[in-house]
Amino acid sequence: MRFPHRHLLGIEGLSPAQINTILDLADTYVDQNRSPNKKSDVLRGKTVVNLFFENSTRTRTSFELAAKRLGGDAINMSVDGSSVKKGETLLDTATTLNAMHLDVLVVRHPESGAVKLLADKVNCAVISGGDGAHEHPTQALLDALTIRRNKGRLDGLTVTICGDILHSRVARSNIQLLNIMGARVRVVAPPTLLPRAIGELSVEVHHDMATGLKDADIVMMLRLQMERMQGQFVPSVREYYHFFGLDYEKLAAAKPDALIMHPGPMNRGVEIDSLVADDINRSVILQQVEFGVAVRMACLDLLTQHGRNDPA
Amino acid sequence: MPPHPRTAILNARLLDPDSRLDQRGSLLIDGGKIADHGPGLFRDGVPEGVEVIDADGACVAPGLVDLRAQVGEPGHEDNETLKTASQAAAAGGVTALACLPDTDPVIDDVAGLEFIARRAREVRLVKVFAYAGITRDLGGKELTEMGLLAEAGAVGFTDGGKAVADALVMQRALSYASIWGRPILQHPEEPRLSGSGAMNSGEIATRLGLSGIPAHSEVIMLERDLRLVEATGGRYHAADISTAESVAVIRAAKRRGLKITCDTAPPYFTLTERDVGDYRTFFKLSPPLRGEDDRQAIVEGLADGTIDCITSDHLPWNQDAKRVPFAQAAFGSVGLETLLPLTLDLVHKGHMSLLDALATVTVKPAAILGLNLGRLRTGAAADLVIFDAERPWRVDAEALHSKSKNSCFDKHPVQGRVLRTLVDGRTVFTLAPARAG
Repeated sequence: MRFPHRHLLGIEGLSPAQINTILDLADTYVDQNRSPNKKSDVLRGKTVVNLFFENSTRTRTSFELAAKRLGGDAINMSVDGSSVKKGETLLDTATTLNAMHLDVLVVRHPESGAVKLLADKVNCAVISGGDGAHEHPTQALLDALTIRRNKGRLDGLTVTICGDILHSRVARSNIQLLNIMGARVRVVAPPTLLPRAIGELSVEVHHDMATGLKDADIVMMLRLQMERMQGQFVPSVREYYHFFGLDYEKLAAAKPDALIMHPGPMNRGVEIDSLVADDINRSVILQQVEFGVAVRMACLDLLTQHGRNDPA
Repeated sequence: MPPHPRTAILNARLLDPDSRLDQRGSLLIDGGKIADHGPGLFRDGVPEGVEVIDADGACVAPGLVDLRAQVGEPGHEDNETLKTASQAAAAGGVTALACLPDTDPVIDDVAGLEFIARRAREVRLVKVFAYAGITRDLGGKELTEMGLLAEAGAVGFTDGGKAVADALVMQRALSYASIWGRPILQHPEEPRLSGSGAMNSGEIATRLGLSGIPAHSEVIMLERDLRLVEATGGRYHAADISTAESVAVIRAAKRRGLKITCDTAPPYFTLTERDVGDYRTFFKLSPPLRGEDDRQAIVEGLADGTIDCITSDHLPWNQDAKRVPFAQAAFGSVGLETLLPLTLDLVHKGHMSLLDALATVTVKPAAILGLNLGRLRTGAAADLVIFDAERPWRVDAEALHSKSKNSCFDKHPVQGRVLRTLVDGRTVFTLAPARAG
C-alpha cells in the first residue's frame, strides 16, 4: 500500500482510492484492537507528539492509544505545558520540534489554517487533529469506516448532517469525504447556523428536519456549543431542541434502518434525545469511538511507511 | 330556528379590491361566511327568516385589516384596553388588527401571545392578531423564540417602535425568521441619529428650539436593512415610511426585484411639520411629521404602489402623556377610527382609485400577515364594512370610542363614514342615527 501524501491535513485532495486505502488498513486494525494482544511494532522507534492548542480528551487519547498500540512513543504536549503561553510563536514551536527529531506531529489548533502553517515548517509528518472550523480529517475517516462497516458501502447512501454546520470542522470534512465517495449529502440547520455559501459545496440544504431526514440512511448530529444558544445563533435550547433536536418523532422520517452518529461529546436534550442516543439498534456512537483508534493507527502507519521496508 | 343565522345586505355597491369587483348588488351571509353575492341575488325576494340590512346604495367592502395598532394590553390599560381598542376598530370599519408587542410586559414569549388571544376571545368584537418581538425584551440583542412563537400564532416579528439597530442581530433575525415565513417589521430609524429629537429636523424645529429627528435617520436604516434583505433573502416590511428619500429607495429596490413591503399611516400623507404649529403635542409622532415635499412623495408612493399598505398606527396616550412640554410628550396618535376616511381622501383628491385605496387597507395587509382575510368573495369570512364614501363629517376626538383621545385629526374635516361593521356576519358597530345626519 502506497500513500503519496506527506501529511494528512484534510480530506480535500484525497482520492477515493486513497480513502479506501486508509479504511482498508483501518479494518485490519479494528481486528488487532479486538484481539488479546493489541500491540504491534509498526511504529517501533518512532516518536509521535500530540500538540493540542485546544482542549481535547477523546481525540488526544485516541491518537495516543493508536501510537502506543503500534509500538511507537507517544508524548502529549498541551497548551498549558508548552512554551506557547510564554509567547513563543507557532513557527518557533515548529523549529523547536524539528530539533527533537519527531516522526509524526498530531496538531489541533483553534484557528483555521494554523495546522497547515506548522506543517509547512516541520520536518516530520503532520496529522490534523482538527483546525478551527476548517477540517477534522480523522473524524471524517472514522465516520466513513463506521458507515462502511455497517452499510457495506458509502456510495449512493443519503447522509444527513444536522446542527451547527457554521462552526463545524467535522461537517466540512464529512461533506468532502462523502462527496468524494459518492454519497448524497444533506445538511439541516437554521440559516443562522449555516455558512452562506453552503449550497455551493454539493449539499442539499434544508431548514426542516422532516424534509432533511426523509429517507436518509445516515443521520449525523453535530454538537451545539452552549454559548451559541443564548439568542445569538439560536434563540434558546428549548426552541432548538423542539425544531432541530433528534428524537424518535423526527427520526421517523429517515429510513427504518438509518444509523445515528455523533462525533461527541453529546449535549443530551439539546441536539439529541437521550433515548435515541442510547438506542443500541440505531446509534453507532460508541462504534465511532472504537473505530477512531483504528483509523488513527492506519493514518500513523501510512504516514510513517516512508523509509520503512515496502511490503511489495 | 335555522341552523345558521342568515343575513341579506341589499342595495349595496359591492367592492372587492382583490378581484376588482365594483358592482351594484346584494350579498348573503350564512353562518358567518359570505354565501353568495351579485346583482341578481334576491331578484325574487329575500327568503323567509333572513335578516335584512338595506345598504341604501352605500359601499360594502371587506373589513379593514390594520397592520399595526397598540391595544394597551398588557400594562397600559390607562391608555387603552383591548375592549376599547376593539370598539374603536369596529367603529372605524377595522375587522382585524395586528397588535404590537411594545407593551408591559413586552410580548416576547408564548405566554404573551396566549394572553392577547384570550383577551380577544373574551372581548369578541374584531379579530385580534399579535406580533411578537424580534428580540427579547425588545432589547435589540438576543433573538426571541421565533419558531415557537410562530407556532403559537405570531403573525410576524417586530420590536414595535424601536428599530433593531445592531446589523448582525437584524441579519440573524431576517435569516432565522425566514424558516417560518413570517415577516420582520422594522421601524426604520437609526437611534443614534434620532437621539432625543422631538420633531422633524428643519426650519420649524430650529425656530421652535426643539431638537430634530433628521429625515436621513430613516433612510439610513432602511438602506442598511435592504442590504441585509439581499444578503439573507428574509421577509422584510418597513413600517411607517415618512420621507421622500425612503419612498425613492423602496421604489428602486422593488424595481430591482427585491421582495419587500412597506406601509405608511394617514398623518404622513395628510399632515406636515407645519401642523406642529405652536408646540402642539398631539402632532408629536414617530416618525415625526415631515415637510410638504415628503408628504407629496408619500402620496405618489401610494399612488404608484411603492407603498403597499396604510395602517392606523394607533398609539393611544392619556392626557397626562400629552399635556406636558413638547420634548417630554409621548409620541403617537390614535388612528383606528380615522383610517378609512383619510384613506378615502386619497380617492376624493384623485390620487388613487377607490379599489386601489381599499386594497391598501384590506387585501394587501392581510397578505403580508399571511391571513386569508380582506376579500369579498363567496366562502370568505363575512368581515365587512358598510360605508358611505361621500358623506362629509368632522372628526371629534371626544366622540372617539378609543379610551384615549389623542388624535392628530381632531376637528379635521373628512369625507366617508362607516355606517356598519360586521365580523363573521355579526354586527359589531352601527353608526348611531343621531350622528348619522
